[in-house]
Amino acid sequence: MIRIEARDTQSLAWNLGLPVISATLALLLAAIPLTLAGAPIGESYFYMFMGVFGSKFAFSEMLTRATPLIFTGLAAALAFRAKLWNIGAEGQLYLGAMAAAAIGTGVFDVSGIILIPTIIVFGCAAGAIGMIVPAALKIRFDADEVVTTLLLNFIIVIFLQYMLEGPLKDPMGLGWPQSSPIMDQGMLPKVMERMRIHYGIFIALLCAAVAQFMLIRSVWGFKLRAVGENMHAARHAGLPINSSLLTVAAISGALAGLAGVSEVAGLKGYLTADLSPGFGYTGIVVAMLAGLSPAGVVIAALFIASVFVGADSMSRAMGVSSYLADLVVSAALLCVLLGGFLTKYKIISVASQSGSSR
Amino acid sequence: MNYKKVLSLKNLSKSFGRIVANQDVSLDLYQGEILALLGENGAGKTTLMNMLFGHYIPDSGHIEVADETGHFSELTLGNPQGAIAAGIGMVHQHFTLAENLDAVDNITLGAEPLRSLRRNRSKAEKKIQYLIDNSGLSAPLNIPVGRLTVGERQRVEILKALYRNVRILVLDEPTAVLTPQEADTLFENIAAMAADSLSVIFISHKLREVLAFSHRISVLRLGKNVGEIDTSEADEQKIASLMVGTKTSHPERMVTSVGSPVLRLENLSIAGRGRRDSLKNINLTVFSGEILGVAGVSGNGQAPLAGLISGMLRPEAGQIILDNQEVKQINPAEMIAKRVGRIPEDRHRDGIVGSMSVAENLIIEGLNEKKFQNYGMLKRENISKHAEALLTDYDVRGPGSAAPAQLLSGGNIQKLILARVFHEKPLLILANQPTRGLDMGAAADVAHRLIEARDRGAGIILISEDLDEILRLADRILVMHDGAFVETETRDRAELGLLMAGQAA
Repeated sequence: MIRIEARDTQSLAWNLGLPVISATLALLLAAIPLTLAGAPIGESYFYMFMGVFGSKFAFSEMLTRATPLIFTGLAAALAFRAKLWNIGAEGQLYLGAMAAAAIGTGVFDVSGIILIPTIIVFGCAAGAIGMIVPAALKIRFDADEVVTTLLLNFIIVIFLQYMLEGPLKDPMGLGWPQSSPIMDQGMLPKVMERMRIHYGIFIALLCAAVAQFMLIRSVWGFKLRAVGENMHAARHAGLPINSSLLTVAAISGALAGLAGVSEVAGLKGYLTADLSPGFGYTGIVVAMLAGLSPAGVVIAALFIASVFVGADSMSRAMGVSSYLADLVVSAALLCVLLGGFLTKYKIISVASQSGSSR
Repeated sequence: MNYKKVLSLKNLSKSFGRIVANQDVSLDLYQGEILALLGENGAGKTTLMNMLFGHYIPDSGHIEVADETGHFSELTLGNPQGAIAAGIGMVHQHFTLAENLDAVDNITLGAEPLRSLRRNRSKAEKKIQYLIDNSGLSAPLNIPVGRLTVGERQRVEILKALYRNVRILVLDEPTAVLTPQEADTLFENIAAMAADSLSVIFISHKLREVLAFSHRISVLRLGKNVGEIDTSEADEQKIASLMVGTKTSHPERMVTSVGSPVLRLENLSIAGRGRRDSLKNINLTVFSGEILGVAGVSGNGQAPLAGLISGMLRPEAGQIILDNQEVKQINPAEMIAKRVGRIPEDRHRDGIVGSMSVAENLIIEGLNEKKFQNYGMLKRENISKHAEALLTDYDVRGPGSAAPAQLLSGGNIQKLILARVFHEKPLLILANQPTRGLDMGAAADVAHRLIEARDRGAGIILISEDLDEILRLADRILVMHDGAFVETETRDRAELGLLMAGQAA
């Protein structure tokens, strides 16, 4: 029989070595389906590595992919810290994206210095509303936010499809359900010529830094942590539970909305219904991998983006199904989560323990 | 008593990281014996019992148990199933009940085979009823345990152990929540069961009951055996000095002059879900410079009374007048602003945020003070200085002000809460079960602090189920029964006990 016990101390070497061990194990696991698909292992992994670190372009692609994940990861991490289970980052992302498309495609013909901040503000506001409503329903009617935010995702996507067939539809779009392009001055500047990477990454990093700082150093962060970690004690101490929940809901929604803004006004330039391949949901994974720490979200987002981009590149180079990329990602996630568990807990074989004490 | 040994703990040691909880502890238990295990908080009593029950695996040492025929065999360590199979039952200090299930389900949980689809509930109820009739431990069987009082939950816990046909019963502070009569009944029943060959180990801080009901006393201090005496040869001073290493004294209650009213409750009513959540048109005045003791069995309105004064509950009718002003907005923040200090009953749940630092827990009620924040940003230097000063003043021991509060022991968590409350020099103090589960040293500290605040002129409401504590500390005594007060002059345990049971003396 085995038992699981919390570790009294967590060794530093173990903490540092663990990600490496997990990653190696993930690659070993993923080698099984790769072999079955007939791809040589060494070469496959070489292409996977090169797909992230092989060139400036490859690396910039990885950062481009990490940008929305940092936003949605932060959205989940902050809300989860308050035990507000925002599963609706996907929907809030699209709300932000719709706001960006609505504002940025010609309503205001002003210079970029005014237009870009306006797009950002409206995108944040749209995302924020998308989370404030479920939070208010939770506070007022005790409605479970897991259910409401999850279901809102589907409602918002259907609303998006309506908007793309109606008010937001590009008249020049040859009938495709997509919005008009964002005006040039409304686009976030590119970081490098001929690369897709844009200033969204800097906004994301800034958000992570501010979130980390506010969570630890501000009165707001103090209240948020107290409410999330022990609601009873927070209430007993007279902390304003409802306003803490509402502010964190607004900020969480706004961050998810920013992911949408950054994808529309930074990367794509127009809005379609397949803007996000599940960034909102992957954000939850990012947040959990990060242990709900905003700084950790950055690292987790970079890691997941690397696996995605590297595996994609590998599947193209080796001519194997792109679903293998998903397998690699899943194996990596499982190994890291299991590894994270093992840093906190140890598994003991009880039979050998009692045997040795005899 | 016969002298057949049933259990033998041999040279058990256990450490958690650098903290040594038990060092080379040995203990024997004989059939039909009631053994009291005494020691201060942190002396390692609960750790020792948890090793016996398989919750912890000892670093070294072993445990031997006799089966029905008296044949000794070694107990597999770290295996509660094995302990249960060997006839060992444990009732924990912190309850291990599923709150959404009723008592019958809780008692039978795990005692029934998983594979069978049908449960024989009526048979289980019959057996439980039989146990209740024999032990006198009554509790509502068919409502969710979450709605039972603390006292009733404990009775369910004991029934749960009895249901498993235990031959060795371990009770971790069993009487903390019972009236004196109930405690006496419990021990009478335990004595009867012991005479019927049940062997009992009980952990207690109450010297009176240890002396009255145990056969033998074993004392732990700092994780080691420090003494074992037959109860017939023991007295209070002797065992107290064994426990703490020195002689202790209870604080003397001095009569002081009583000042003006600090709190008046006028015609207050709360209609809760049930009897235990209700207050029926109560009137109460607390004067500055007095300790008002509120005695009673748990579940007679203490919870709504405490909820009201902490600002957690709003009354349906009536007024709260604090320092001659009616409190219009009743919420915790308002009560703190009106200088009401609150020591909550459940200090782990309501008193601290365990994962936040000691320093943060010390300012959680004072976040708005300019000293601790500036434009919404925490002043970390002031906060940690404040913490260091309070930790010294209130003798809070632990891994320091930056460590998570959950690393402190129960007694030190209470000291942390005392530091937070008393530092603000409150006008009114609500102390709800302030010494429950504390060792003698920490309990004496709480008592000293309460008396100190009283002498400074604070009005204090002391809600306690420990009648001895009320008799020692209170200047005036109220008994709560069925959501109402009975004021009484008597200081006689038996008379108070009758009032607590609702029988007017």
